[in-house]
Amino acid sequence: MGAEKTLIFGATSAIAQQTARLLAARGAELFLVGRSADKLGAIAADLKVRGAAQVFARTADLDRASEHDAILDEAARRLGRIERVLIAHGVLGEQSAAERDFTQVERIFHTNCASTLSLLTRVAQRMSEQGSGTIAVITSVAADRGRPSNYVYGASKAAVSVFLQGLRARLHRRGVRVLELKPGPVDTPMTAHMEKSWAFSRPEVIAAGIVRAFDGRRDVVYLPWFWRWIMWGIRAMPDRIFNRLTL
Amino acid sequence: MRGEQYQSWGRFPRARHRVCRLWWRHEAREIGRLEGPLLAYGRGRSYGDVCLNDGGTVLDTRGLDRLACFDAGSGRLRCEAGVTLEELLRIFVPRGWFLPVVPGTKFVTLGGAIANDIHGKNHHRAGTFGCHVVQLELVRSSGERIVCTPERNAELFRATIGGLGLTGLITWAEIQLKPIPSRAIAVETIRFANLDEFFEISAQSDREFEYTVAWVDCAARGSSLGRGLFMRGNHADAGQRAPRQSRAIPIVFDFPQLVLNRWSMKLFNALYYRKQWPERKSTVVDFDSFFFPLDRLLDWNRIYGRRGLLQYQCVVPHGHDGRAVLRQLLETISAAGLFSFLAVLKVFGNLSSPGLMSFPRPGVTLALDFPAGPGVMALLARLDRVVAAAGGAVYPAKDARMAAADFQHFYPQWERLDALRDPKFSSSFWRRVTAPI
Repeated sequence: MGAEKTLIFGATSAIAQQTARLLAARGAELFLVGRSADKLGAIAADLKVRGAAQVFARTADLDRASEHDAILDEAARRLGRIERVLIAHGVLGEQSAAERDFTQVERIFHTNCASTLSLLTRVAQRMSEQGSGTIAVITSVAADRGRPSNYVYGASKAAVSVFLQGLRARLHRRGVRVLELKPGPVDTPMTAHMEKSWAFSRPEVIAAGIVRAFDGRRDVVYLPWFWRWIMWGIRAMPDRIFNRLTL
Repeated sequence: MRGEQYQSWGRFPRARHRVCRLWWRHEAREIGRLEGPLLAYGRGRSYGDVCLNDGGTVLDTRGLDRLACFDAGSGRLRCEAGVTLEELLRIFVPRGWFLPVVPGTKFVTLGGAIANDIHGKNHHRAGTFGCHVVQLELVRSSGERIVCTPERNAELFRATIGGLGLTGLITWAEIQLKPIPSRAIAVETIRFANLDEFFEISAQSDREFEYTVAWVDCAARGSSLGRGLFMRGNHADAGQRAPRQSRAIPIVFDFPQLVLNRWSMKLFNALYYRKQWPERKSTVVDFDSFFFPLDRLLDWNRIYGRRGLLQYQCVVPHGHDGRAVLRQLLETISAAGLFSFLAVLKVFGNLSSPGLMSFPRPGVTLALDFPAGPGVMALLARLDRVVAAAGGAVYPAKDARMAAADFQHFYPQWERLDALRDPKFSSSFWRRVTAPI
């Protein structure tokens, strides 16, 4: 695979970390963006030992969209060019708090949606000029239908999902690929407070799926694969029945 | 979060825990705020209760699995304690490096390997895992971070190696890897008819082979008492290739109790003894099949059913006495009519571990496993008597039942470990074996 040059936003998330490990084992060049210098340092060292050709890291709070261009400039300078971008940052938020308090809704939308759209707008522009590249974004199965237990989070991801559809069609002719990754629930620090059931996957499994998606042809990938069919069933369910279920 | 899945490999005894998952080594200093007693839990591959902390909090170290640095010149590797030996082998074997010591399963963590001061088929050459630990970091419940080496904080270093996780949380360690010419192992398997033959082959093999171990048919009696298969191997020369181990098979349900009974075990033992026609057979195999044959069966402990399994590993000193003691142990087992699938014999070498509480010592070690049950408990208590009388010891990492008096007799240095123990750390095992006699 040679030196895959990959820029990862939210690099300290469990899924991003496992994905970076797989890329590192193939000798990739990585540029990591995350909030905590301690965490980035530990991850960068790990990826180097695992075989990454180069690892760069930059701390940033992605909620501040004004910094986005500077991050992209630095990544492009360090890597030479940006071949792949993985946008993996996000918050789950607290649904019950968000039901009572709009500032919570705003906060979730700001991180999951607005900051992502800002990055996408800027990355799309650069890759369009470059005439190549792959942009991958982690959304969620929660984006497929609003459910009482997590519709605020789901809606913030759904907005990104629709944005990606349009962006994909727009950049198709420019040779830029737009990839949407839709994991089901994953056993990570984000879901540490939840009771784990059969539905939870390990981040390693999701990461392997992300790397396969980068190498493959499909543009919208459910992780693991069975969520495609479960969500198809959930989307197809009539409101009369859906509204009575506790999902 | 409830922690029903935090059990030991033998699934006996059962425990209930509060759970705290650790994700970052620099956040580990917060553990002092948790409700005690505390105990690190890696992958739960200890058989008995050294990895359990019934009624307390387990610190799940799976998230501490980052590598920190590797010097390709010297083979020194520093990494977090929750990384598994499986992962280290997957990364470093293709680069021509091997772990200095490996146990019978690769699914253990680095922290667990240190805390139990594990040994392997090369004990006569390399000693225990602890002999290859260069330094380690302990985080104590006080929030202190202490880097320990054989020279710096030496007493804590010695107490932590084989210290059963009681001296605090091991966050990272640095170990010495060893270079290997290929990933294959050149193996010779020799059938032996009795214990005298075993000792003869063992003495000769330990001079010429890096790895030696024997399987014993513990259902055999009389003149064939102690018959079995002796396996010995060396890293094969560069360019030698062997087929990789095929895909792992998961055991997805608990087998009914019926499956393991005295007849099926006797049959298995008799057939296994005859698994090869020639008395001596040479092959070249992948390291995975040589060191970790059981790892092919994921969750093989479920074969023992819901009641769980009891492992027993003891060591008795060398010499003619040792031979007689071993004979007495095997006779006691076969007389009880209880058989073990996997009875393993190995002669330990003279290299001593830096560990204060290390189990291996010069002598011969016997490891057995049984389905848990009252008859087995009684048998193992009888074996304890024999081992104690011979001046031997029983291995804590595999124990779920030895009496406090026996433990304190086997490990008179236990009070030193108790003094160096983190006051907020404890385990089911420790509370059991340090109970007043």
